[in-house]
Amino acid sequence: MSSLTLAIRDSTTMLRRNLLHARRYPSLTLNLLLTPIMLLLLFVYIFGGTFSAGLNGGHADRSVYIAYIVPGLLLMTIGSTVIGTAVSVSNDMTEGIIARFRTMAIHRGSVIIGHVIGSVLQCVLSVVLVGAVAVAIGFRSTDATVLEWLAAFALLVLFALALTWIAVGMGLVSPNAEAASNNAMPLILLPLLSSAFVPLHAMPGWFQPIAEYQPFTPAIETLRGLLLGTGIGHNGWLAVAWCLGLTVLGYLWSTSKFNHDPK
Amino acid sequence: MTDLAIAANGLRKSYGDKTVLDGIDLAVPEGTIFALLGPNGAGKTTAVKILSTLITADAGETRVGGHDLAADPQAVRAAIGVTGQFSAVDGLITGEENMLLMADLHHLSKREGRRVAAELLERFDLTEAAKKPASTYSGGMKRRLDIAMTLVGSPRIIFLDEPTTGLDPRSRHTMWQIIRELVTDGVTVLLTTQYLEEADELADRIAVLNDGKIAAQGSAEELKRLIPGGHVRLRFTDPAAYQNATSALPEASRDDESLTLQIPSDGSQRELRSLLDRLDSAGIEADELTVHTPDLDDVFFALTGGTGIPNQPKEAVR
Repeated sequence: MSSLTLAIRDSTTMLRRNLLHARRYPSLTLNLLLTPIMLLLLFVYIFGGTFSAGLNGGHADRSVYIAYIVPGLLLMTIGSTVIGTAVSVSNDMTEGIIARFRTMAIHRGSVIIGHVIGSVLQCVLSVVLVGAVAVAIGFRSTDATVLEWLAAFALLVLFALALTWIAVGMGLVSPNAEAASNNAMPLILLPLLSSAFVPLHAMPGWFQPIAEYQPFTPAIETLRGLLLGTGIGHNGWLAVAWCLGLTVLGYLWSTSKFNHDPK
Repeated sequence: MTDLAIAANGLRKSYGDKTVLDGIDLAVPEGTIFALLGPNGAGKTTAVKILSTLITADAGETRVGGHDLAADPQAVRAAIGVTGQFSAVDGLITGEENMLLMADLHHLSKREGRRVAAELLERFDLTEAAKKPASTYSGGMKRRLDIAMTLVGSPRIIFLDEPTTGLDPRSRHTMWQIIRELVTDGVTVLLTTQYLEEADELADRIAVLNDGKIAAQGSAEELKRLIPGGHVRLRFTDPAAYQNATSALPEASRDDESLTLQIPSDGSQRELRSLLDRLDSAGIEADELTVHTPDLDDVFFALTGGTGIPNQPKEAVR
């Protein structure tokens, strides 16, 4: 068997194992889904009236605010889902079965690749669910073409891949599930410091550059542009650069941690 | 060296300034059971981890199944099966799913995988529990599932790290039976244990590991010969009977305070009978007779230069 077929075959097996875990114990994924959905409802129905006035030249209109925050919340959903990835990777590493995998003639990276693909699939599923809630409360894209929808989907997948690799690394360096969950917390806090809920120009001047160049803002602005026709500008390539950068960084970090002799 | 399943030369491993393995040599012929015997912290688990490619040694040359451990770990992995000290089963999925996972990772066809899984579950008496999550299994069942998973790829060399630690006596005997059956198919087994009794029961050859070094290596018989301490103890309440006994058994060591005699003996039926015959013919009846067999403590005292063999507190009455 060539090493590529071996890699694909073993990674598929590991993916099946992870999906089996997720299907058998869906509570973790579902709990993590609650956060973005709660935030969506909270911001739209509680804060939405006031916030939309700020966006809409003093006119309170919830539908304006729904349109504004959904792109950010979809990306936040990814941040929330990968916390579960960090937790399950960390849990997995404490299990004896990983030691067994390491002593078998299987593709070395398949354990990690299985987690990564499983996590990206879960992210997509979560985004679809949160997106459905958004549509149910009135979110509509404005004249997005098929190409723009595809680009939006590709961006979400790429973003999920990037955050997943970082979360896998966090899971590998965390000694237990609690630590993994704490270490991955920034992935759900970062959207609060982005243009997800309020525009950048409403933030203090000294903070704007931080908010503008952190990974979430370019991705949010790009997604907004694709779905709602706002300006994308340099955010498009910034978002892609962030995604690729984080993916490479997370990949190198995770594989070097995993290939290290276990204790 | 082709008939050696495992050949290790000068294995060393240290963590920081703590030396765990200080140059050990092992030679395990194919189709035999080899026991690494030693107390906690002797380096047994580290040795198994190195031999099973889980961690790398700092120094030393090792061939497992004819393959060099450092140069071709993947070939070694294809030849071995490992059951670690802590159960290497996936607790979140069922016993059957664990078995099918192993079948997939050994690249068996779906049909072959199902057949092998069902067969092994049956052999290890797990068919009934096959559809339950492995986390609900008892300690003995988990170990059996663990070994069943190890056997899916039909490994030629099997490592078992403390296979019976934490098992109740019945499960332990079941496990011994399982291990004996493994070698009848020509498989080589290297196991670690803290119990001399277990090594004695199972192993063709035993290496006593102490403080990262091999203190002695040989068959159970050879090792026992190294260990003094097997003896019969006779205790009397009547000083007159005690005096009679001391003259009838001049070779016995005496303890006049407690009126006890110790006669060196391997505890075998033959030696016991001859001792009893001598007592009978001298008309001596001891109030208590106990047989003391050497245990792991004695092995370590004897092999690591400790003293105080004759009066161990541990006693075994046969």
